[in-house]
Amino acid sequence: MSWILFFLLGGLTLGAGLGVVITRNVVHAALFLLVSLVAVAGLYLILFAEFLALVQVLIYSGAIVIVLLFAIMLTRSGEYPRTGDNRQWPLAAVTALALLGVISVAFLAGPTELTAPQSPSFTELGNSLFTIWAIPFEIASLVLLVALIGAIVIARGDREDG
Amino acid sequence: MAPLVYFQLVSAGLFAIGVYGVLARRSAVLIVMSIELMLNAVNINLVAAASHLDGSGAFQRFDGQIIAIFVITIAAAEVGLALAIILRMYRNRATANVDEIDLMKW
Repeated sequence: MSWILFFLLGGLTLGAGLGVVITRNVVHAALFLLVSLVAVAGLYLILFAEFLALVQVLIYSGAIVIVLLFAIMLTRSGEYPRTGDNRQWPLAAVTALALLGVISVAFLAGPTELTAPQSPSFTELGNSLFTIWAIPFEIASLVLLVALIGAIVIARGDREDG
Repeated sequence: MAPLVYFQLVSAGLFAIGVYGVLARRSAVLIVMSIELMLNAVNINLVAAASHLDGSGAFQRFDGQIIAIFVITIAAAEVGLALAIILRMYRNRATANVDEIDLMKW
């Protein structure tokens, strides 16, 4: 059962990912990205990472895809005449395949002694996040704040051309 | 239950797809989407390792999940900034095509 789910979700992840980089329609690419991200949330569920699956659905498919759709609509990328790939796409394909080969070999040669998959409860995760990882957590919130203020400043621009 | 290496192979495939997208695509929005694919590939890897491997030393076995949460946080910040930069670019040059953004290229 778990195997069927794994192959279904893994195939969906990779297939929709390929759709993102191959389709010529930008809006279709965003929708393919949505499918891929939800499939990744499913993979998290197979790995018993319920909290991350929730976060994935909320942040990625809820917020990030919507923001990307905003970017598409506001820049009218959808009606842009030449949104295809650039001339170096065969080189890009070779690079990507070479990278895939190297990473796959590294993973196949990796450690094989494994324990049964299990996952922490929400309580353990929260305890760890607010004790051991408290300082990175605060820094992450600061990064978010700075990034969003920066985004507002950049997008609003100067008075003259605003 | 699928072993760790299968998740790692899915992750490697997704990362390679993202690399291809970043290198071959022209639209800035599509490049941002490909970056999201790469970040997700890394997250699958982190979560799979957190779920399958024993913790050792100062690390607990689910620290990978916490790092994945941080990656998602940074991804959210990155997308917000990327949207702002793309909008600015579009306003100044009337294009979202990265091949035409060559002002700083001699």
